[in-house]
Amino acid sequence: MKKNNAILLSTPYILWMLAFTLIPLGVVAYYALTDPATGVFSLGNLRDLNMYWGVLWESILYSLISAFICLLLGYPVAYFIAHQGAVAQKILYMLVMLPMCMSFLLRTLAWVGLLQDTGIINDFLEMIGIGRMQLIRTPGAVVLGMVYNYLPYMILPLYSTIVKINPRLIEAAEDLGCNTVQVFRRVTLPLSVPGILSGITMVFVPAVSTFYISQKLGGTDTVLIGDVIERQFKQGNNPNLGAALSLVLMILVFVCTGIMNRFGADEEGGVIA
Amino acid sequence: MSKELIRLQNLVMEFDGERILDDINLYFNDHEFLTLLGPSGCGKSTTLRIIGGFLTPTSGKVLFDGKVINDVPPYKRQVNTVFQRYALFPHLDVYDNIAFGLKVAKLPKDEIDRRVTEMLEIVSLKGYENRRIDNLSGGQQQRVAIARALVNQPKVLLLDEPLAALDLRLRKDMQNELKRIQQATGITFIYVTHDQEEALSMSDTVVVMDKGRIQQIGRPEDIYNEPKNAFVADFIGESNILDGVMLADYKVRFFGRTFVCVDKGFAPNEPVDVVIRPEDIDIVPQSEGHLVGTVTSVTFKGLNYDIIVDFRGFKWLIQTTDFHAVGSTIGIRLNPEDIHIMHKSEYSGMFGDYSSYSAEYDELTEDAGDEEE
Repeated sequence: MKKNNAILLSTPYILWMLAFTLIPLGVVAYYALTDPATGVFSLGNLRDLNMYWGVLWESILYSLISAFICLLLGYPVAYFIAHQGAVAQKILYMLVMLPMCMSFLLRTLAWVGLLQDTGIINDFLEMIGIGRMQLIRTPGAVVLGMVYNYLPYMILPLYSTIVKINPRLIEAAEDLGCNTVQVFRRVTLPLSVPGILSGITMVFVPAVSTFYISQKLGGTDTVLIGDVIERQFKQGNNPNLGAALSLVLMILVFVCTGIMNRFGADEEGGVIA
Repeated sequence: MSKELIRLQNLVMEFDGERILDDINLYFNDHEFLTLLGPSGCGKSTTLRIIGGFLTPTSGKVLFDGKVINDVPPYKRQVNTVFQRYALFPHLDVYDNIAFGLKVAKLPKDEIDRRVTEMLEIVSLKGYENRRIDNLSGGQQQRVAIARALVNQPKVLLLDEPLAALDLRLRKDMQNELKRIQQATGITFIYVTHDQEEALSMSDTVVVMDKGRIQQIGRPEDIYNEPKNAFVADFIGESNILDGVMLADYKVRFFGRTFVCVDKGFAPNEPVDVVIRPEDIDIVPQSEGHLVGTVTSVTFKGLNYDIIVDFRGFKWLIQTTDFHAVGSTIGIRLNPEDIHIMHKSEYSGMFGDYSSYSAEYDELTEDAGDEEE
């Protein structure tokens, strides 16, 4: 009886999953494995992927760099928020969330306005005598866009992990002879590992498939896998190759997060200590 | 033997304007087992946390070996703590938890290994080196916590209600174990508990605290036999506390009768609190009694019966091995050494009347041990 109820209650979600996740995945796989012209089974699309390994690698590199910078920027912020009073915590948490309430497209366009050759930053640089610089259409601008857009996804899981660390453990470490730095290295950081891993995952996964950021902020030579996939469906008119690219990307993301979580499981055993 | 190690001078602690510690003066001798005993919120844990260095007193001094250590951070103090609920590191196994302090101190690896192994033996956890903390029982975690602190060979070990989370049987075992370790190592133990039995059975010195003040300091026997005020008398064991008048030395009057007692030095006709322990009262036939009362309730306790007896509207608790039926009339006799006289205090009249007695009174005192912040 109880079990039946559980099935009944989860039916809408199961149907939803089926209609909008599993079946589309099947469709993607179908397209990826069929010939664009004839529609018969073919590994031709996967063979064509050979041209794009470089792009794929570059996308992963950009995303990892962004995730790493997010970690460096986000950890101190999360640590700081977690050590404030209850009210301050709520306010700061809201402030971190705030940019996420604004449209993703708008946020990225705003950076175009800031970084472009006649943008605010360059106007300012000229005013103080440094002169205009190439800011937009650089790899740095792409990373900046990723970091800016995905930083909250790093801070929030970090914050919720750090805030749960029992303050008595910190006291115990101090009691056993740790100064502030040692407390952090031997206790706080190892206990933050789950938050670090989920933060990296939360930044890495959307960053690796993004296309808008690189299109708006990157130069012509900065082409990410998301852009390539988008092009296959729009200009390229080759949905089969696009599907194959998506499929490979998905598998790679799975492998990456899998490796990371495995690494994390070992980490808990005290590698950092 | 009794060299002074720690001294607290005029210690005051306030949180948000609320006074948690009110002018505490106390010293701790080397090799001593001293217990801070009191109900929840009495300031005992706060005192311990000040000694540990986790709190800075609002005013007053903490001296260690004659030097003021108010501003010395915890990691520089020769003191280690066994925390309430243990606070073991969940990311480390048993071995690494115990080795933590030694690794921080950067001792050679073979010495760390030797000392941890030795400690595992002392707390009977050999073979558990690589166990994860969450795979241990409460009693085992407790022993890891003690080992983790003791392995650093501190001068003083602070223990904050270390046995509160264990069941009764285990608690008794650990009490003996702790006492044995303390005697074997000679380390000064400062022990915080709300459990009076634990305090009496383990300590060399007991400090009874309430409302941020020290109520009495003494050896366990003295605290029990000569409580200083109604609070101590009530908190340590069970007590019938009556209003009396000290007529002269060795002469006290209560319940309309004059009794011979062993106390002196009170002002003539000074109003006093009279304490009579439930186990000291002799039940006799009605005709031979100093006082005569009616049994209103009987509870079997295993070792004895707790009976409540109504003497002219004031209810006493008497512990007896003989059964007396509810409604029966009994007489009691009081020997001079069973009558303890105390000066009146702010606690007079608050304790020692068993009118509201119920079988749960034991459990009520047990519950007082919630974690203090």
